[in-house]
Amino acid sequence: MAIDAATVRKVARLARIAEPEARIEALAQELNGIMQWIEQLAEVDTDGVEPMTSAVAATLPLRDDVVTMGGDASLVTANAPKSLDGFFVVPKVVE
Amino acid sequence: MSALTSLTLKAALDGLKAKSFSAVELTQAHIDAVEAARPLNAFLLETPVKALEMAVLSDARYATGTAGPLDGAPLGIKDLFATQGVRTTAASKILDPFVPPYESTVTSQLWRDGAVMLGKLNLDEFAMGSSNETSAFGPVINPWRKGGSNQALTPGGSSGGSAAAVAADLCLGATATDTGGSIRQPAAFTGTVGIKPTYGRCSRWGVVAFASSLDQAGPIAKTVEDAAILLTSMAGHDPKDSTSLNVEVPDFAAFVGNSVKGLRIGVPKEYRVDGMPPEIEKLWADGVAWLKEAGCEIVEVSLPHTKYALPAYYIVAPAEASSNLARYDGMRYGRRAQGGNLTEVYENTRAEGFGDEVKRRILIGTYVLSAGYYDAYYLKAQKVRRKIADDFDRAWERCDALLTPTAPSAAFGLGENTNDPIAMYLNDVFTVTTNLAGLPSMSVPAGLDANGLPLGLQIIGRALDEGTVFSVAGALEKAAGFRSKADKWW
Repeated sequence: MAIDAATVRKVARLARIAEPEARIEALAQELNGIMQWIEQLAEVDTDGVEPMTSAVAATLPLRDDVVTMGGDASLVTANAPKSLDGFFVVPKVVE
Repeated sequence: MSALTSLTLKAALDGLKAKSFSAVELTQAHIDAVEAARPLNAFLLETPVKALEMAVLSDARYATGTAGPLDGAPLGIKDLFATQGVRTTAASKILDPFVPPYESTVTSQLWRDGAVMLGKLNLDEFAMGSSNETSAFGPVINPWRKGGSNQALTPGGSSGGSAAAVAADLCLGATATDTGGSIRQPAAFTGTVGIKPTYGRCSRWGVVAFASSLDQAGPIAKTVEDAAILLTSMAGHDPKDSTSLNVEVPDFAAFVGNSVKGLRIGVPKEYRVDGMPPEIEKLWADGVAWLKEAGCEIVEVSLPHTKYALPAYYIVAPAEASSNLARYDGMRYGRRAQGGNLTEVYENTRAEGFGDEVKRRILIGTYVLSAGYYDAYYLKAQKVRRKIADDFDRAWERCDALLTPTAPSAAFGLGENTNDPIAMYLNDVFTVTTNLAGLPSMSVPAGLDANGLPLGLQIIGRALDEGTVFSVAGALEKAAGFRSKADKWW
């Protein structure tokens, strides 16, 4: 299941990280090294094993669907790179 | 004022209660120590004005007899905890600048109990690293050096700033977080005490997320008792974190000093790994002998899936990280790069904002979660994780706690492991198992190697049985008699 340059380009696009073409080969090698080391998991017989989804068994708590904190647009947008009148200002989404 | 900074947290709190010195005096002594220790690069942000304001309020509460359990104690805060009105970076450029409008639950409980904030501590970027070298602000330097050498050593990671600050007497204790060993390995590398409690003990609310099913907060402290005092304040149920456990928090300090007579201590044979320095083998044997002398029964146990813990971790953690870090898109907070269209803005923002190790893990996480691979990697890893947890469950039939080394080596030189990601990942070989299983585990300094560098032993307990872990840690601390400090060179 080797990771080639095309896979790196695809994964970088999925992850929304611009990787310069000059880095792609080196990244493929790095990721391959790590994934090959991970392949040893195939040795473990996991037939019929229930995947573990949380460290301590607990049922998810429910709460009333009400605003607990929030309702202050100025606080919510305080760290925005660009905002106006309590709104986020973002690049054009629809051309 | 150096006498005040050399106090343990417990001794300082006793001194404040007895009015031997004021919270302002204690805080000023630590502010001076922090300033003098800038060559260590432990603090990303010093908050001396805030610290003194808090100390003045502490003194007022002591005067009126309304002081809390941590009143006037100057602490350092790992810069992964959101602090209201105080810059929080996660040691990443992508968040710069970010000033949280809210306070993390863990830190809010420390302030509730009267603690004083000295500033924000350096770490690996988004807590991803074992040497502090992935910090966008440069690595922390370990206060410890090899005898006769000026080589800069790593304090470990990711909580390297927390560990170095405590080791160098810059604060009486520090908050830290542990996803694969990030509290315990730095504690071992700096001769300090660190505990990762049971998953769910401390609220994750307001802690910058790395891998949500593994992340836990805990303290780094000078002594086992200090760690217990801090954890008692930090822990507790929080409705804002759906994985926070609704269980009572005992007074953990009450367990320190308890007799360990009759406790069964498991020694897992799989933790004897190839290439482990003989000094660590010997330290482990010393630890076994000390506990035997204290009346423990020693049993050899087997945790057969230990060697699969790291590879499983390097699927689960990057997968969760790639999801958690998707939020850094340059739209709502942090920095935004330029680009010709929206996708380019996202891609450039994340390319410029994240460091190489963070990108590497996001790419691995994205890959293992991508279409067609989910079952082969993520699901497989979660099944192996179950087997690792089952190993521990079987061990608990025969013992009450486990004793292992904390890390496979002493602190290494900065730059020594940076070219080989897997060699760096192996630092967590003894610690990562308990993150996967959610168990409490603690590192206690137990000796020095031939170069004069500290080494740690790890105690692992049953879920929610931090009490036994503290009792065993207290017994080890007493037997080891570890009192060494780094020679001050900064």
